[in-house]
Amino acid sequence: MSKTIDFEYSEAAAREEDLVPCEKMHLTMGPSHPATHGVLRLQLEVDGEIVTKCTPVVGYLHRGDDKLAENMTYNQFVPFTDRLDYLAPICNNVAYALTVEKLAGLEVPARCAALRVLTCELSRISSHLLGLGVYAMDTGALTVFLTTYTERERIYTLFEELTGQRLTNSYTRIGGVTRDVPEGWLEKVEKACDCILKGVDEMEGLLSRNKIFLDRTKDIAVITKEMALQYGLTGVNLRCAGIGSDIRKDRPYSGYEQYDFDVPVGTVGDCYDRYLLKTEEIRQSVRIVRQVCKTLPDGPIFAEDAKKICLPPKQRVLTGMEELIQNFMLTTHGPQIPAGEAYFEAENPKGALGFFIHSKGEGHPYRLHVRGPSFVSLSTLPVIVPGNFVTDIPAILGSLDFVQGECDR
Amino acid sequence: MSAANTEVAYNSKIEGGVVVTKLDAAIDWIRSHSVWPMPMGLACCAIEFMSASCSRFDISRFGMEVTRFSPRQADCMIVAGTVTYKMSQAVRRIYDQMAEPKWVIAMGACASSGGMYRSYSTLQGVDRILPVDVYISGCPTRPEALFDGLMALQKMIAKEPGLKLLKRDRPVKPLYFG
Amino acid sequence: MTEKDLALQNELLEKYPYVSVRPGSADHASFDVPADKVVEFALALRDKEGFSSINDVTGCDWGVDASPRFSAIWHVYSHECHQYVRINVYAADNEKPAVPSLCSVWAGCNWHEREAYDLVGITFTNHPDMRRILMWDEYPYHPLRKDFPLAGIEVPHPDPDTVAQTGVRVLPAPMNGGPFVSCRGNTMRETEPRALDQEWSEGNRKPSAE
Repeated sequence: MSKTIDFEYSEAAAREEDLVPCEKMHLTMGPSHPATHGVLRLQLEVDGEIVTKCTPVVGYLHRGDDKLAENMTYNQFVPFTDRLDYLAPICNNVAYALTVEKLAGLEVPARCAALRVLTCELSRISSHLLGLGVYAMDTGALTVFLTTYTERERIYTLFEELTGQRLTNSYTRIGGVTRDVPEGWLEKVEKACDCILKGVDEMEGLLSRNKIFLDRTKDIAVITKEMALQYGLTGVNLRCAGIGSDIRKDRPYSGYEQYDFDVPVGTVGDCYDRYLLKTEEIRQSVRIVRQVCKTLPDGPIFAEDAKKICLPPKQRVLTGMEELIQNFMLTTHGPQIPAGEAYFEAENPKGALGFFIHSKGEGHPYRLHVRGPSFVSLSTLPVIVPGNFVTDIPAILGSLDFVQGECDR
Repeated sequence: MSAANTEVAYNSKIEGGVVVTKLDAAIDWIRSHSVWPMPMGLACCAIEFMSASCSRFDISRFGMEVTRFSPRQADCMIVAGTVTYKMSQAVRRIYDQMAEPKWVIAMGACASSGGMYRSYSTLQGVDRILPVDVYISGCPTRPEALFDGLMALQKMIAKEPGLKLLKRDRPVKPLYFG
Repeated sequence: MTEKDLALQNELLEKYPYVSVRPGSADHASFDVPADKVVEFALALRDKEGFSSINDVTGCDWGVDASPRFSAIWHVYSHECHQYVRINVYAADNEKPAVPSLCSVWAGCNWHEREAYDLVGITFTNHPDMRRILMWDEYPYHPLRKDFPLAGIEVPHPDPDTVAQTGVRVLPAPMNGGPFVSCRGNTMRETEPRALDQEWSEGNRKPSAE
């Protein structure tokens, strides 16, 4: 990038007196670096220990999801959405399903919507647990990672029982979800919630007042309100700047308006704020999960009336002619979605994951575009990194909480 | 009987402290249980590699747990995730930086064959640029499957002519596609 | 489209007579804006209407024979009324499509517009850094154009060193075995689901690229 960016030295860097400008050095970090969480490459220009310019290079995991979506039916694309933000796959499934349903003008049954909220929030917890774990690991606290991962494994076990997969769940279909909850599963969720809260307490005990962690995160990479809006940041990265915007509250989807939860908002916008917000979001998600467990309505788990979109139950396919034809048509031609275009964003752990779909009324999208929140978060790096030490970069990257699969798509 | 011969004859003082084996077997045994893996974490499979190294699954039980992120210190590259053409250059360069002897595990469908990503930007299997020793299926690979793959690699190493390979350079492994 | 979105659409339409309603929107207020007015409209949205945040930019190819063939689509969001507005700008030229960049209005457009340039091939004029972002710099095609096959087209590998060592080539991906899509047509034979580009496999090499 030819444009130079004005920056101020961070407080920590400014404390180093006698800042003698020395020869600038170019340093490449990544694309295979343990602190870049995947295949991000940073081209740095450093003046001694201080970064003066940062140019991120992305695209090392560009797998062509947009093009793939144009070449397959709507339901076939669901597994690909798993692999966008692979830390919270169900959130992606839900965001995608909701976009297509919006295009089709389809309302899902209450039980299906509640199950989506439940699994979404569990995913959010698991994503934040991993995010915080690696964030702590990058700043030098390995124990936290082991603690949070133990809690994350509980959610893996729950998901495996519900969906059959640990990580890439592909839980939703257009107009429904794949399976109903197994017997006794909700009680297990409640029990897991207790353990998770204990784990979060333990993690907070290790980090929140930890001198090293505070030194490495306080006042580092402050995101201001103006900047957050200019760059279109979403999720925790936006809320840390003091803007209380959460799509679950502002544009409720999938029945989020029925549940009582708070949206934590930051005041400073630094790395430490982002840590605090994520910790609080885990607690709020647990609150939502508990409410859903208590109020889970009965009923079907997919929209049975939408005969051009949802597959009929297997039992009826084997016995009824009409259902057999329906099954055949849907499997070969895909769900028939009316022509039009829709853009929908869902509040994912990393920010707002958006899908833009243009349909020409066929079984596959004419154009599908994924708006990855990580892509947006990383685009702020040229502004927030300069002025900090090279050693601050792992803390900054950890606090931005990005996933390369979603950034490069 | 001369004094020199009594040394190698039966000696009750060291009974039980001596193991007789082929040197090959000893070298291979040592080598197969001291493999240091380097996770080449590219995508989703890297998350399952994390699971494998955490407390539930605990990779340390199999003698291949000393994860090193620097290729110079590692013996076994675990390619975990989708390799794109843009990334292939970095993967190959990191492989070149590893010291002999070295092995490669293709973890998961994407690394083995391109998996579900049949598109313009994805390398259709890392075996086009690296000689892969073990392929592990799964999308993503479960930790148990990863351990199975690691043990398969250990068995492979155990069959090597260890002594011969110590004395001369290892032959360069061929690529399966070229 | 909800009543709230419809009201917003009508209100904006009245205030800014140079925009026209974009048909087919299932959700948000949606406008076709002439290319020379888009910066003005965006500034008005940002400063007067409170659409402070740019959430998404993308490009679209409307078909090889369509004219205008390309358009760029921005989605902006207001944190005050919690609504989106879709701005669509058609590029006049089908060969070398170009539309104005909105980087001067929202800095966040930078990477999004680079992505649209990379994948669809729309140039954004006045963009500070119009380079490829996802594919490597020398890549000759724009993959999301409709005449580009999903499998890809054979091109030189980005790194000569790797090629010298391994002989790797950037080949079209094998397409037999899926993904399958059923196409529009009259007879069963035409509508039968098939992979869109199935002419080659590992055993049966594609005769020539393009």
